[in-house]
Amino acid sequence: MGTGELVGSTPAGSAPVSEVVGLDVEFKIRGGLLGKGGTLRAVRDVGFEIGERETLGLVGESGSGKSTTGRAMLRLVEPTRGIVRLDGEDVTALKGQELRAARRRMQMVFQDPYSSLDPSMVIAESIAEPLDTHDSLSRAERQKRVEDLLDHVGLSKRYAQRYPYEFSGGQRQRLAIARAIALNPRLLVCDEAVSALDVSTQNQILNLLEDLQEEFGLSYLFIAHDLAVVRHIAHRVAVMYLGEIVETGPTDRLFDKPAHPYTEALLSAVPVPNPRRQRTRERIILSGEVPDAANPPPGCAFHTRCPHVMEICRSVAPPSVEAPGGGTVRCHLHTS
Amino acid sequence: MTAPGIREADTASLDAREAISTPEQSARARFLRRFKRQVPALIALGYLVLVVLSALCAPLLATHDPLQQNLAGVLQPPGGGHVLGTDDLGRDVFSRALYAGRISLVAAAQAVAVAVLLGVIPGLVAGYAGRRVDAVIMRVTDALMSFPPLILAIAFVGVLGPSLTNAMFVIGVIFAPRFVRLVRGTVLSIREESFIEASRSIGTPTPRVIWRHVLPNALSPLIVQISLTAAMAMLAEASLSFLGLGVQPPDASWGSMIERGFRYTAAAPWLTIFPGLLIALTVLAFNLLGDGLRDSLGREIRRGS
Amino acid sequence: MTEPLLVVDGLEVQFATEDGWVTVLDKVSFSVERGETVGLVGESGSGKTVTSLSILGLLPRESSRVTAGSIRLDGVELVGMPKHKLELLRGDEISMIFQEPMTSLDPAFRVGDQIAEVVRRHRGCSRRQAWARAVEVLTTVGIPHAETRARSYPHEFSGGMRQRVMIAMALSCEPKVIIADEPTTALDVTIQAQVLDLLRAMRDEFGTAVVFVTHDLGVVADICDRAVVMYAGQVVEQAQIDDLYDRPRHPYTEALLSAMPQLTARSGRLATIPGATPPAGSMPTGCRFHPRCAHVVDECREGDRDGRVAARTLDGGGLSRCLRVGDLVLKGSA
Repeated sequence: MGTGELVGSTPAGSAPVSEVVGLDVEFKIRGGLLGKGGTLRAVRDVGFEIGERETLGLVGESGSGKSTTGRAMLRLVEPTRGIVRLDGEDVTALKGQELRAARRRMQMVFQDPYSSLDPSMVIAESIAEPLDTHDSLSRAERQKRVEDLLDHVGLSKRYAQRYPYEFSGGQRQRLAIARAIALNPRLLVCDEAVSALDVSTQNQILNLLEDLQEEFGLSYLFIAHDLAVVRHIAHRVAVMYLGEIVETGPTDRLFDKPAHPYTEALLSAVPVPNPRRQRTRERIILSGEVPDAANPPPGCAFHTRCPHVMEICRSVAPPSVEAPGGGTVRCHLHTS
Repeated sequence: MTAPGIREADTASLDAREAISTPEQSARARFLRRFKRQVPALIALGYLVLVVLSALCAPLLATHDPLQQNLAGVLQPPGGGHVLGTDDLGRDVFSRALYAGRISLVAAAQAVAVAVLLGVIPGLVAGYAGRRVDAVIMRVTDALMSFPPLILAIAFVGVLGPSLTNAMFVIGVIFAPRFVRLVRGTVLSIREESFIEASRSIGTPTPRVIWRHVLPNALSPLIVQISLTAAMAMLAEASLSFLGLGVQPPDASWGSMIERGFRYTAAAPWLTIFPGLLIALTVLAFNLLGDGLRDSLGREIRRGS
Repeated sequence: MTEPLLVVDGLEVQFATEDGWVTVLDKVSFSVERGETVGLVGESGSGKTVTSLSILGLLPRESSRVTAGSIRLDGVELVGMPKHKLELLRGDEISMIFQEPMTSLDPAFRVGDQIAEVVRRHRGCSRRQAWARAVEVLTTVGIPHAETRARSYPHEFSGGMRQRVMIAMALSCEPKVIIADEPTTALDVTIQAQVLDLLRAMRDEFGTAVVFVTHDLGVVADICDRAVVMYAGQVVEQAQIDDLYDRPRHPYTEALLSAMPQLTARSGRLATIPGATPPAGSMPTGCRFHPRCAHVVDECREGDRDGRVAARTLDGGGLSRCLRVGDLVLKGSA
């Protein structure tokens, strides 16, 4: 497997805001009473970069390691190996006070708006928490900032003294975003940030994220399993399977001409909201399920379900090569 | 239907107005509204307020000096000059019960305070720190809980010397593991909530996370447990005093009054009945209050249907 | 003409809240023919789940009540049926598949025993026969090595496999109707595709009617013959699938369709539906969708019957609860 290579490229001219190189995350599995524990490689040799004002979509099914990748970037789980740079600084090397200071530049929006806000706090306190931790503002400044933030996410400042349970899912997600941008971060990791919402509310949040990106020059790592949403919001996409990135590329290329059989199958499995088109679409139904990450298959991790499996796939892991039309792909069909 | 920036904000506030259709100000308001419907708990609370007030105002309410002996008028039945009769030394039972209430209540409060102080912090630490610390704390807790409480109390008081303060300290220590377990359990579930991770991701230092997020959310079950523990502490005090290991004469608690009256059960049943009734009612009241609080405090995370 | 297999007629359901009884379903009517798959579509708060639970008589008895209407399965009235009779029906003539199979399977029993138990209760056959039936249905739903796997416990299955077990259990007594409440929402797309395929195959093989409760218009397009669109406790539109997507007849359906992000091409700015579903108990008068509707006119605020808008039957068997259904031409999915 060797060192992780950088995949994909950022829009011309600008240095990447964030770079991930050769990221590995391993978890110890505790054995039963007699069984011995082992190691689970949740993230394997992952690398990518995200440019200024760029959204990188990170897609994959449950257990693919996409969420762990996002958490490892923010040091919410400890990376086992690899480098995560933010504006050129390696965050994996930071400790204590330095790490705390770096956190203001990278923030996260969580999936479940019902549990990401402390139910015992009024929302003004929740939004101000990052300010309390990092800045020492006067009471008036602090209040002003909270009101500004509420305004930015489209909520009235009249609600500042309310409790989270009084808000709908979409509103809570707005609050979570307000809190995440409170410190003017460079990078926002959105972990399934709209998957718990109804479609109309989901779109309000996606539009809001796009507006904020424009306004504050934010970079997003947008982790999601909903491919239609990713197609809409991401500039580039990385597809993960069993802890590895199997394909990256500009969004249009990846959706229109997927290079990896897994990407192709994933796209064909999404039902389109049009019965006539859905009936005539060619669908690839993958057999079997995602293998156990603690015990991944040898060779290409996808070979157990791949419709194009060849002899070499069972024993040799494919390297990451350039994909036709841009980006990278990790598949023997492209290595010949 | 595409909404430009300004429209977006409009729709959002419309959103909010509709979600906030019920005019509730805070969690406190919701709690009060629910608690008002818990009739048994309200009666219990009323009774407890009455008991506390009468204990506080004992000097004003007492009809006699509780320590004043009158060997000429021992074991007088209720009525006449003494509302609840007199004891074997001719002391007024009503006045003694008022003063004894002070001692019983303070004793219960003391035990609860000790239990909370000794229980909450280890509970928080066990729930939030790693697996090893948790294991150590929980083994100690299990060990403490495996002793029969009363026997342990008797042994301790035997060593420390019989006094009410000692007795209640011991009772507090014995009840502490319940708080450790309760707090640990609550914390274990709270730390899985993503608002904890959200706070960590901001860079909030751990003690502050515990203080601002974990503790407030663990408070509801804690309050309930305090009420229930008060009831148990009161019973424990009565038991120890009945065995002569608690309050020392001439002071009296409700428990020690029963102990003293026990010898005259046949001749003067009022000596045991009245303090016994007070203990039973107060314990019941603490339990009912605890149940009512539990039903009205529930942490609320509302979702759509 | 005989009555359809399942008829829900004017169903009105109330929930107990702290402010008294609140109506959550307002005269919900639809029907399902034999072998037909009907999508019950709506966002959260639309009443789709309440509808499906009331068909099965699974609403909590203390805090909810059916105040009007009728639910008939093959001509038999289900509303007001005594509990023990309903229990005989559930799992036999009508069964349910839930979103989270883990919570509907008992973790303490082997899956084979759980299925056999259902079979024994309704068929009164021997243990051996019931077990054989359990293995048979597990094989039908595509569980490999069903004889061995029947001896496994629910936690030993993956999410997709557990949902197959649930489907096997639902099918075990060859019910006339299956109510599937978001059965694929918790699954990954590749697994969802497998499960949808399985449901389709089961329908074709056994002619089971399916009520498919979902918020996902893609899934509806994939598996349903007809759809019932719900909003704020009412049915707002009913139509054959192709008609619904080609030419929706209610502005809410139009708004939902236009809000779906497309997989095939990047849209400009995403369409949104302003506002949110109103909470039960404070419904707007007139058309319930009027505060959010792009085509609202004054009459919509009044309604045309008891402060509501009556449902209109359309040519071709569809139904719409829109005053302007005659003059509006709405946009379908591209």
